[in-house]
Amino acid sequence: MGKIVIDNNRCKSCYICTETCPKKLIKKSDKTNRLGDYMVEFVDPNGECIGCAMCAKRCPDMAITEVYR
Amino acid sequence: MQQVFSIPKSMKENFRYTFCPGCDHGIAIRLVGEVLDELGIREKTISSTSIGCSVFIYDFLNIDCVEAPHGRAMASATGVKRAQPDKVVFTYQGDGDFASIGLAESLHAGLRGEKITAFMLNNTTYGMTGGQSGPTTMMGQITTTTPTGRNKEYFGYPIKMAEHYALCDGVAYSARVALDSVPHINEAKKAIKKAFQVQLDGLGLGFVEILSTCPTNWHMTPEQAHERVRTEMVETFHLGVFKDITSEVK
Repeated sequence: MGKIVIDNNRCKSCYICTETCPKKLIKKSDKTNRLGDYMVEFVDPNGECIGCAMCAKRCPDMAITEVYR
Repeated sequence: MQQVFSIPKSMKENFRYTFCPGCDHGIAIRLVGEVLDELGIREKTISSTSIGCSVFIYDFLNIDCVEAPHGRAMASATGVKRAQPDKVVFTYQGDGDFASIGLAESLHAGLRGEKITAFMLNNTTYGMTGGQSGPTTMMGQITTTTPTGRNKEYFGYPIKMAEHYALCDGVAYSARVALDSVPHINEAKKAIKKAFQVQLDGLGLGFVEILSTCPTNWHMTPEQAHERVRTEMVETFHLGVFKDITSEVK
């Protein structure tokens, strides 16, 4: 069981995290941030996140600011 | 719950990267920040910055910086290190700055064996000025100044800085890494740490060439750009450690 924290004001919608997540728990959102980019959101209703931090390591904008395991 | 990832303490507060979406500069700067945290040298580190997208490192890392003229970051770093030998000095440059405009300064700093650390981001193009052909542009690559692709008759061959640096006697560590996947990012962090460590041990110059992306000027999506690094770029620019004198010391 893990958890990530996304800072949506840093996100630039490159969607590298959605491809990287091994459980595909990060999804494209239909909301936009102040830049007008479609943000990503963390959807984990069943507690599948393993806290591997691969999304945070590959995020080029450090928008995934915290990962807990 | 245990926190397994956090923003490095060497980063400035409330920073926000100004790079294009999918640009690997953000990962490279984070890795430098993490290594400065782990070695505990942030307070005594001075960076000599370049011209190009790489210059923005001084907006994001909470360290002292010297702004050098185009390509001359290694010359400035030499002066800073010789004036203040107890400080940790590093340069963070792009490929056009390091391998084209500043090739003389870069190569001779290696030959003199300055006790500094150098990072070169290689994205095979001049990113900030609009994607012109650079010294590292790969054969056949289409840029704004090679509209039919780089050919050997007219433009010659790309430069491989990590191999050239490995031939310099003053260089203690020379490696090439990529940032296209998590295992490669972990290796890149080890190489960056080693490049700082050889400077702290006074062995010579530490150099890391980092293969990175430029999705805007390659006209690709971020994921396509990383796929290009993974498949095409590593064919020309082989990953690995080309020189490491610490492994030879008995």
